[in-house]
Amino acid sequence: MIHTSEILDTLRMIDREKLDVRTITMGISLFPCVSDDVGVLCRRVYDRITRKAERLVAVGEEIEREFGVPIVNKRISVTPAALISGGIDNPLPLARALDDAAAQTGVDFIGGYTALVQKGMTAADRRLIESIPEALSTTRFLCSSVNVASTRAGIDMDAVALLGQAIKKTAVLTRDNDGLGCAKFVAFANAVEDNPFMAGAFHGPGEGDAAISVGVSGPGVVKRALESVRGEPFDIVAETVKRTAFRITRVGQLVAREASRRLETPFGIVDLSLAPTPAVGDSVAEILEEMGLEVCGTHGTTAALALLNDAVKKGGVMASSHVGGLSGAFIPVSEDIGMIRAAEKGALTLDKLEAMTCVCSVGLDMIAVPGDTPAETISAIIADEAAIGVINNKTTAVRIIPAPGKNVGDSVEFGGLLGRAPVMPVHNFSSEAFIRRGGRIPAPLNSLKN
Amino acid sequence: MNEAKKAVVTVLGYDRKGIIAKVSAVLYECDANIVDISQTVLSGLFNMVLVADISSPDCAFDQLSERLGRLGEELGLQIRVQRSEIFEAMHQI
Repeated sequence: MIHTSEILDTLRMIDREKLDVRTITMGISLFPCVSDDVGVLCRRVYDRITRKAERLVAVGEEIEREFGVPIVNKRISVTPAALISGGIDNPLPLARALDDAAAQTGVDFIGGYTALVQKGMTAADRRLIESIPEALSTTRFLCSSVNVASTRAGIDMDAVALLGQAIKKTAVLTRDNDGLGCAKFVAFANAVEDNPFMAGAFHGPGEGDAAISVGVSGPGVVKRALESVRGEPFDIVAETVKRTAFRITRVGQLVAREASRRLETPFGIVDLSLAPTPAVGDSVAEILEEMGLEVCGTHGTTAALALLNDAVKKGGVMASSHVGGLSGAFIPVSEDIGMIRAAEKGALTLDKLEAMTCVCSVGLDMIAVPGDTPAETISAIIADEAAIGVINNKTTAVRIIPAPGKNVGDSVEFGGLLGRAPVMPVHNFSSEAFIRRGGRIPAPLNSLKN
Repeated sequence: MNEAKKAVVTVLGYDRKGIIAKVSAVLYECDANIVDISQTVLSGLFNMVLVADISSPDCAFDQLSERLGRLGEELGLQIRVQRSEIFEAMHQI
């Protein structure tokens, strides 16, 4: 029996605290499409995606209507494009085929213009990385990612160097939109194969033919729950976050199960994430501030985020039969009104964000830096973040926008879920000679941990 | 899509005559059976939660939802229909 108060609780979470399911993502393997004829490859890719995901958007809307919970995005992730484009000279037609398939199915994004180069690059990987700026500036829905490091393989510094240049070039090619192309690219360490979130979603080579994964959200619900335990010790804070995360994740699990059944596609995972949006009351930074910090970014922020991230996982794990993806609290600056505010006040700096990525879900996310930031500096930021991931056995990532023509004090406006980012300062001392070395940073020792 | 059994109808707005009558008439016409109903009026604010069995093959969720939505607009009330599983998932282990 459901109590009236529970029903009203749920409605309040949806209406006022912006509880939503961030995304239903269908992962699709493209291995059956492989061909050394570019026309054949592109046709097969388009046909396979549009067939498998034909009803994805309709089913998402159906579930949204019936259960009364918003499902913000419907997305597709595919096999890393570099793995299926070894037989063709130029991967750009494939980028366009993926984008056309996304347009045809009506999804919000398609991810998987991806290369996995943590140990080294094949010719196809290199071609794909070099094509990223043009791919992202000539498509609408395509997202791209490159895994440059792993705890098992170390860091591929040749790839890191290439990515700094690719990000700069992408910013320039999309300068009319404040470098929007860069918002659709992420560099990973320890990338996961079943992440439903963009820009880094791809359907890993270890996955099956297709899978339905769901990413949940709900920072507003957690914030509100913490308002009711103001001044209480952290034991109670952690417990409250766990209980709330459990409820949020149950919604994700329900939606994933229904979508999987209706689309006749196996259920993959639920990603236990607190994903903010630029809307007021949907902010991870505000949760940290609710714990007692004057502004997100001040001393204590890393500890607060560590507690939050851990409690979200502990609460969510029991609510879902399969948990995966990036699972944890996201800290994208431009997509979180509290982060934007903190960055504008100067309380939240790139260095503090880097520290926060040691304990949060992913990494440096949606950060705008001055347009004249050298490619080597961007590469060095990626290398630092990769090192944190590699040493700590976690996923880290960098999604950074060197905003063309902008400087500290300006801001870039992407609109929608991507939000608005104040341009943050970077260190002006050069990392050029460091990045020019190339080669690989060896895999770390996994014992004698200190 | 009708293998699920129950829908939760929530009605919120200013009290006036005939709300329950009109909502239950729509439910009747859509072949849904009311199994539980709870209603309060607090300072003129009408608040009703109603659980209906919608397992009849003649009961189409979309039609029910659309008709109640339209009724809500006519009466100036917020009327929502949701499958009950979302509440069960969130509040029961």
